Amino acid sequence: MKATCWFGKNDVRVEQVPDPEILNPRDAIVRITSTAICGSDLHLYDGFIPTLDKGDILGHEFMGEVVDVGKGVNNLKVGDRVVVPFPIACGNCFFCKKELYSLCENSNPNAAMAEQLWGHSPAGIFGYSHLVGGYAGGQAEYAQVPFADVGPIKIENGFTDEQVLFLSDVFPTAYMAAENCNIQPGDTVAIWGCGPIGQLTIKCAYLLGAERVIAIDRVPERLRMAREQGGADTIDYTAVDSVIDMLREETGGRGPDACIDAVGMEAHGHGIQYAYDRVKQAAMLETDRPIVLREAILACRNGGTVSVPGVYGGFLDKIPFGAVMNKALTIKTGQTHVQRYLRPLLERIRNGEIDPSFIVTHRLPLDAAPEGYEIFKHKQDDCIKVVLKP
Amino acid sequence: MDGRQVTQGLGWFSLGLGLMEVLVPQRISSLLGLGNRQAVVRIFGVREIVSGLGILTQPRPAAWVQSRVAGDIMDLALLSTALAKGNPRRGSAAMAAAAVLGVTALDLLCSEDLSRGGAVDRGFHVRKSIIIDRPPEDIYRFWHNFGALPRIMSHLESIHEFAPNRSHWVAKGPAGTRLEWDAEITEDRPNQLIAWRSLEGADVDNAGSVRFERAAGGRGTLVRVELDYRPPAGALGATVAKLFGENPEKQIAVDLHRLKQLIETGEIARTEGQPAGRAQGTSKKYDEFVRT
Repeated sequence: MKATCWFGKNDVRVEQVPDPEILNPRDAIVRITSTAICGSDLHLYDGFIPTLDKGDILGHEFMGEVVDVGKGVNNLKVGDRVVVPFPIACGNCFFCKKELYSLCENSNPNAAMAEQLWGHSPAGIFGYSHLVGGYAGGQAEYAQVPFADVGPIKIENGFTDEQVLFLSDVFPTAYMAAENCNIQPGDTVAIWGCGPIGQLTIKCAYLLGAERVIAIDRVPERLRMAREQGGADTIDYTAVDSVIDMLREETGGRGPDACIDAVGMEAHGHGIQYAYDRVKQAAMLETDRPIVLREAILACRNGGTVSVPGVYGGFLDKIPFGAVMNKALTIKTGQTHVQRYLRPLLERIRNGEIDPSFIVTHRLPLDAAPEGYEIFKHKQDDCIKVVLKP
Repeated sequence: MDGRQVTQGLGWFSLGLGLMEVLVPQRISSLLGLGNRQAVVRIFGVREIVSGLGILTQPRPAAWVQSRVAGDIMDLALLSTALAKGNPRRGSAAMAAAAVLGVTALDLLCSEDLSRGGAVDRGFHVRKSIIIDRPPEDIYRFWHNFGALPRIMSHLESIHEFAPNRSHWVAKGPAGTRLEWDAEITEDRPNQLIAWRSLEGADVDNAGSVRFERAAGGRGTLVRVELDYRPPAGALGATVAKLFGENPEKQIAVDLHRLKQLIETGEIARTEGQPAGRAQGTSKKYDEFVRT
């Protein structure tokens, strides 16, 4: 089959690789009909996530048709149309039983390696480095899906691929980011980053009862989408002296009730602080550039919540933890427990409360994946979300 | 201090020195009378950091310790230029050179030790625990059937019970070699404890035990494993060292994880056999514990 393989920084290629096979009784094989490039794939593309190896198949947002099932899978049959969640979860362990699926104890064969870096291992993830399992990803024609009796959700006809594809990651991720803010009536929520997650988080914050959403970015078309599709107020951070001052002013000095970092480890910024993080990250003195996280902590109101759907990998520098403590902030984060959200969010799509497909700007054949990465990385051609069609 | 602690110490030393060289190169070069060579000092600092991270985070630190030896030689070359008569800081440079020579000796010893298999060839004792979400009886029953253990312990090829409480163990050595021994169960308390040890004539003297305790809050069973391997001296000892790789503790942790996976989910999570854009699906660099 054809698959999108990582070969190094800024180097992905579509290669001919062997077809996947059933390896365990609870596996299924899915013929992929739609798959997307995630903002977090760009961290891999930019070389900031360790433990990728040449030839690794990327991709963790995918859906398709079941073409084979192992003898332990009773709830799916050949021909079923499914969306596959990006974390791999067994459904049997302590964490899965608590619906904390992205912390599954049994799905990461390389858990020992993750334990060395993080103390404990999260669940395995498709196509997202060997630290989280080294599983082959879904930017390919086929994928082998472990614990297929737990993860994939069946989709009946009547939905287009693009309406349901984002159940695999970005929609639940945006929803959990907003849910983590424990939004109360009248709340103001500030969201850094207007990429796919940011756009959907704006919608989810309103769905969960926010009165006002303020979105922060620098890319004009992303800010426009946040205003026009999401109904958010926007701040172009390159046009103001201080985002924090701006937010303080907009909230009568109190600060937003919740702040969401939908950017993560490769934040951009300007001024001395940004230069400082660029240099330290390049010299491997810090692994992540936490510019947004610092700003979110400082901007958030006393007793408020900082929610972090953005990906961080290692060690961050100069985090104002004094502010976290003295302002009594709550920090909520984590890889998304996608399996927990599949049914309720499919229901919201069915009811017409939301149609996540508005974020798609580019549709390309699988062969054009390398081009898709380039366009998305450099935000060329007003790119917000790339969907690949194998 | 055993070999592993020395290795870790060298890793942290590299990181610390490297950070200083990167952050305050001017202080270091003026202290040693290196003149205007902050840029070189800073590059050396980056080199130290890379070596340090390599030693501390990579599964096979031997090559990274060797990179330290190469680095020591570079340091000595740089320092030798500061030993010229005209340098007012000649004294400090000489002391620094002496310190580097000392560290070089340690690096050489450590790297030799690591390439011989490190602390492992002198035997080891490992203790590991894991919580499995099943009652003690289930896990006791699984373990008591010794024949099933090689499925979770990748260094074992087979265990065959030839008499009550007696079994024959075959472990995989490097390059197709095998290590064999007979073992007897020395203690067997149903649903609580199984202990065993090798008998006279074993290729490698070893003993082990596994305890099953009810985990707090009804969260299944706390499984505690202890293993002791006392390999003989010489070539056979080196073979035993290879049995568990450079990190027996990590290997046992992986084995216990597999036990948990098998008991809780009915299968062992695997990536071997998956496709990739290279000759083998699994990664030589990062999947050492999942490759069979």
